Amino acid sequence: MSNTEHEINLRQRLSSLSRLPRLRGARLDAEASRLEQQLERLKQDTTDEGIWRSVELARHPDRPYTLDYVARILDDWVELHGDRGRADDGALVAGLGRLDGRTVALVGHQKGRDVKERLDRQFGMAYPEGYQKAIRVFDLAERFGFPVVSLVDTPGAYPGVAAEQHGQGGAIARSQAAMARLTVPTVACIIGEGGSGGAVAIAVADRVLMQEHAIYSVITPEGCAAILWRDAAEAKKAAAAFKPDALHCLELGVVDAVVPEPPGGAQNDHDEAARLLRAGLVEALEEIEDTPGEELRRRRRAKFRGMGVYA
Amino acid sequence: MSEARFEVQVEHRHAPPPADTKHPNTCPKCGSHYRDDELAETLWVCGHCGHHFPMRARDRIAWYADPDTFVEEATDVRSEDPLDFFDLRPYTERLAEAELNTGLGEAIVVGQASLDGHPIELAVMDFAFMGGSMGSAVGEKFSRACDSATERGVPLVTVTSSGGARMQEGILSLMQMPKTVCAVEDLHDARLPMITVMTHPTTAGVLASFASLGDVTVAEPGALIAFTGPRVVQQTTREKLPEDFGLAEQNLRFGHLDAIVPRGEQRPYLARVLRLFA
Repeated sequence: MSNTEHEINLRQRLSSLSRLPRLRGARLDAEASRLEQQLERLKQDTTDEGIWRSVELARHPDRPYTLDYVARILDDWVELHGDRGRADDGALVAGLGRLDGRTVALVGHQKGRDVKERLDRQFGMAYPEGYQKAIRVFDLAERFGFPVVSLVDTPGAYPGVAAEQHGQGGAIARSQAAMARLTVPTVACIIGEGGSGGAVAIAVADRVLMQEHAIYSVITPEGCAAILWRDAAEAKKAAAAFKPDALHCLELGVVDAVVPEPPGGAQNDHDEAARLLRAGLVEALEEIEDTPGEELRRRRRAKFRGMGVYA
Repeated sequence: MSEARFEVQVEHRHAPPPADTKHPNTCPKCGSHYRDDELAETLWVCGHCGHHFPMRARDRIAWYADPDTFVEEATDVRSEDPLDFFDLRPYTERLAEAELNTGLGEAIVVGQASLDGHPIELAVMDFAFMGGSMGSAVGEKFSRACDSATERGVPLVTVTSSGGARMQEGILSLMQMPKTVCAVEDLHDARLPMITVMTHPTTAGVLASFASLGDVTVAEPGALIAFTGPRVVQQTTREKLPEDFGLAEQNLRFGHLDAIVPRGEQRPYLARVLRLFA
């Protein structure tokens, strides 16, 4: 691509960015300069290096996980355990809490901080039991009219013998189907790694948000490199090719808005990251809360059925 | 000319061992070899050991559909290259090659037909087209098949065969999972059934979306039906794999399938199921 072409491309991206509800919705003057900075950062992020930086930040060991956010944005949190069939999957947490005065059902992937917790939670890779738990909580939300909030942060669904025997593929499919049936408002946010089927299983939402440095992709960069380049070490090249960063996902219409992060990334300031995420979630919920349930469901399905680029 | 130009092609850095050089008409299980017409005669099933060879979408449609009833739909839907994707070769080149080699526009063929007199919609995948991978065009064609079934109030018969999402379309290929799931949900809201036949292999993004949402779901013997295939499971977890890991037989045992139906019996089986839903 020539330099001028690249610049035009960039300008188009920036203008589409300025039309964003999240960014335009920043009403305060004080927010304006931060906005400028964010635009500047996103502009830098369109380079291959920038994409790789997002991959690294999305996997940063100090990045806030689902329960870090829960502690900061929900009141009266009650965690709900177990899928009522076989087990409780620590890689996917669920529960009820109050967000800005309303009860919401929250599901989210959960990674671990130390070695033991990481193993207990399988590095955030859920078994079918995790998705069954999510489905059970979606049903509960539907029964009582609670909005659903899901936080996505997984390298992918767990790739193991037992996971396959327990029906990983079917569980992911049914979790998406359960979300496609809901008549309550649903908001999802990709808060770290949005890895493949394991991620989209809980992201079939009316509004899908994505944090500035999160990634959302069909396969890990390493996996893609191993298959297409036949060399996992080409992960950087693969990431640059399939563009898992927030700006590209926004451009392709896969996410509805980008949630800003504190300077340098969410790992630098958990409280500020939580404040920004909370604002994003509340604003998204307020946009859709008054829409009748059937209409919400119709629009949600129409949105996802409209995704893709073909001739 | 001021500079000499050389055409150099480097396909891979670490060349994999030469692929299975066996002839496609040689049974991988028992080594029996067949002529093309012999295989067509037996519906591409080994007459000696019962191994199911891959069956092309058009052949399967010709077999399932009553004579002259199949009317193909959405023939104009083709893949695009939204990411300008380039791995070792450009995606557009891979697409052109697949089209040339298979005579198909995409990895799925959809259309109206009748089976044993029952009007149905058919959606049949073809593994020969880029490993049956699901990109935007496959998602759209399947989605239109659901709509066509709904408009005419007929059941949808889906035959899957896929390695998963088409990586060359990046995140958009992932989005074909919720897209096809929503399409099936719309079909179900119209109180119409989907009957799914899983063939070798049905894996990853296709298994984890519309393929698993059949009202009646059967598979061909020996088909690999897994979200994560044996090689990746082995590499990531270093677990010892059971002998029939991920095969249709294991899936049946663990409750993920309604039945395993050998190819030769599928047509009468589908006819019986369609009668029950009629």
